Amino acid sequence: MPEPTSFTSRRGLLFGTAAVSAGVLLTGCTSNEPSEKEPAANDQPAADDKPGKQVTIGFAGPQADHGWLNAINDNAKERAKKYSDVTLEITEGSNDTAAQIGQIETLINKKVDVLVVLPADGKALTQVGLKAMRAGIPVVNLDRIFNSPQAYRCWIGGDNYGMGLNAGTYIGEQLKDKPDARVIELAGIDNLELTRQRTQGFDDALKNYPNIKKVARQAAEFTVESGQAKMAQLLQAQSKFDALWNHDDDQGVGALRAIEQAGRDDFLMVGGAGALSAFQAIEADNSVLKATVLYPPTMAASAIDLARALGQGKGASGLAEFEIPASLTLYSAVVDKENVKQYMPTGFK
Amino acid sequence: MTQPASPPRPDETRKEPPADRTASWRTLTARADVRTLSLLGVLAVLILIGGITKPDEFLDTRNLQLVLTQASVIGVVTVGMTFVITSGGIDLSVGAIVALASVWATTVATQEYGFAGILFTAVIVGVGCGLVNGLLIAYGAMVPFIATLAMLASARGLALQITDGQTQIVTVEGVLDLGERDSYILGVPPLVLVFAVVTVIGWLVLNRTTFGRRTVAVGGNAEAARLAGIDVRRQRLYLYLLSGLCCGIAAFLLIILSGSGQNTNGNLYELDAIAAAIIGGTLLSGGRGTITGSVLGVLIFTTITNIFALNNLQSDVQQIAKGAIIVAAVLVQRRTAHTT
Repeated sequence: MPEPTSFTSRRGLLFGTAAVSAGVLLTGCTSNEPSEKEPAANDQPAADDKPGKQVTIGFAGPQADHGWLNAINDNAKERAKKYSDVTLEITEGSNDTAAQIGQIETLINKKVDVLVVLPADGKALTQVGLKAMRAGIPVVNLDRIFNSPQAYRCWIGGDNYGMGLNAGTYIGEQLKDKPDARVIELAGIDNLELTRQRTQGFDDALKNYPNIKKVARQAAEFTVESGQAKMAQLLQAQSKFDALWNHDDDQGVGALRAIEQAGRDDFLMVGGAGALSAFQAIEADNSVLKATVLYPPTMAASAIDLARALGQGKGASGLAEFEIPASLTLYSAVVDKENVKQYMPTGFK
Repeated sequence: MTQPASPPRPDETRKEPPADRTASWRTLTARADVRTLSLLGVLAVLILIGGITKPDEFLDTRNLQLVLTQASVIGVVTVGMTFVITSGGIDLSVGAIVALASVWATTVATQEYGFAGILFTAVIVGVGCGLVNGLLIAYGAMVPFIATLAMLASARGLALQITDGQTQIVTVEGVLDLGERDSYILGVPPLVLVFAVVTVIGWLVLNRTTFGRRTVAVGGNAEAARLAGIDVRRQRLYLYLLSGLCCGIAAFLLIILSGSGQNTNGNLYELDAIAAAIIGGTLLSGGRGTITGSVLGVLIFTTITNIFALNNLQSDVQQIAKGAIIVAAVLVQRRTAHTT
C-alpha cells in the first residue's frame, strides 16, 4: 500500500510532516503543560477545544515488549487524558492472537463507542474487526493492517517503504557529489514484510544516484545484541564505505557500540524509527549517527483523535471533508541536527 | 581421562548398560578424542573456506578477536549447559536468565553502584534463578524440561517488567571500557579471557574432580548413582546452580559487549547452547559430556556466522546453509567415531 513518491527534498519532508499532522490535529496554540516523561502527543494541541458528546474508546494493542510499542500505549493514554469527553478502556496488551481476540470481544460486549486496535497480527484479527464493525462499532485500525477494508472504518499507520525511500534519499543527497560512493544496510528481522518494504524503498531511492552502490546488507533482529553482532561483522567485511542505513534505532544502540569498538568514524549513519537515544546522539553530534527516519509512535495519539471524531460524527479538523479519511499513511520524516529539537519529545526509550 | 579408576565404580552395583561402559571406558575416551578431532577438522574446513573467499578480511587478527568475542557470551552459557545435559537434564531457561540478569544489572539503581554492583547483580540473579530451577527439579521432583520452561517464561516476564520494554543504556565507564577496541588483559580481549577461564575451569571440574564424575554418573544411571552413595538430588541442585552462574557471567559479558541491557537479550540461547553441546558430542540422554567438544561447537557456529556475514550472504541463504552444515558436521562425526 505504500506508494513510491518522487524525489523529496528535506524541506519537502518537513512540509509533508506538517501537512499530515495538520490533517489530523488542529495546529495553533502551544501546550503549556510541563511534560516530564510524557510522550509527544501532549505537545500537540488537542483536536478540538469544545468538548462534545461523551465517547468511550476501547483500545487493544499487543504486549509492549519494546520501546516503540510502549510509546504507542503511552501516547494513546496521554492523548485520551487530554479530552474531558473521552473515556479510554485500555486492555492488557497481548501477543497471543486468541487472547487479543478475547479482549476485543470483551470491549465489543461492553459496547464501547469506537475501537482502536493495533493487532498483534493484522491478518489473524480481521474476523474480530469485522465482528465489531457489524456490531455497529467503528474500528480505527492502527498500523498493522487487517486483511479486509470491511474490518475497519479508518486505517492509520506508518510507511515502511517511505522510511527506506527517505533514508536512501537523505544519504543520496549527502553523497551525491562523491564518485563511487559505497553504502551498506543493516536491516531488521528479515522474515518480516516490513523489512522487505524498507529495503525496497531504500534500493529505489539509491537508484536515483548512479554514483552510489550498495555494497553489503545484513539483517539483525531489532535487538541491541543482534545489532552489535551484525554490525561488528559488517565493519570487518567492509573496510571502507561512506554511509550506513540502520533500519531500527533499538538495534542501532548495538550497532553504534560496535562502531565505537571498531574505532570507525569514516562514514555517516542514518537510523530508523526515532528512539530518544538516537535523537540525543544526533543532537550531540559526536558520533557517526547524523539522522534518523521516523516511524512515529504518535500515530496512537492520532488514532485517539480519529476515534473521538468518529464517535462525535465529525470530520478531521483542517480538512474540508465531513468525515474522517478511510486511510492515513503517516510520513517518515528525516530527523537530523536541524530539526531534532522539535522531535525530541516524541523519542521513545 | 587418565584416571579411569573411580567414576565407573558406582555403575557396577547394577548390571545395566553402565557395566558395559566400565569395560569400554578406554575405548570411549578414545572415541571422544576422535570426535574432537573431527570437529577440529570441520573447523579447519570452515577456516579454509573463509580464507579462500575473503582472505583479507577473514585471515586477520581483528577478525579472530571478533569471532572469539562474539563466541564468548554463548560459549560461557554452553559450558554450564554441558554440565546439565551430561547429568541427563536440560536447561531451557538460559536465554531468559541471561536477559533477566542483564536487565537487572543495568537498572538505574544498580548502575549507581558502579562496576561491582553490575557484576554482583548479574551473577547473583543468575545464581538465584539457577537455585530456583535446582530446588524445583531436585527437591520438587519436577521434570527439568517443565521446571526450566516455567523459569523461561517467568524470567522473561520479569525482565520485561523491569525494563518496561525499554533499552537500558550502561553509563558506567569501567564496564564499557572492558569492551573497547584496544582493551586487553594479558594480551587478550577481556571477554575472550573470561571465556577461556570458564572453559578451562569447566574442563577441569568435569574431567578431574569427583564433582565431574558424579555428574557423569548421575547422567549415566541416576538410580545406580544413588545406590552408590551419591546424593543425586544435591548433585542436581548444584548443576542447575552452576548453569545459572554461567548465565550470570554471560549476562555480564553481554552487558560489556553491547553496552546495554534489554529484555530481548539472550533470544534463543537455549537452542544455540543445546545445539553446540550436542554437536560437540555431549549425549542428550546424559552420561557423557565434553567441554572441549561444546566449545568447538560454539566456535564452529560463530565462524559460520562470521564467514556468511563477510561474504554478505542474506539471512535466507544463511539459515539453509547453517542447517546443512549442522547435519554434515554430525554425520562426519558419526562416521569417524564408528570407523575407529
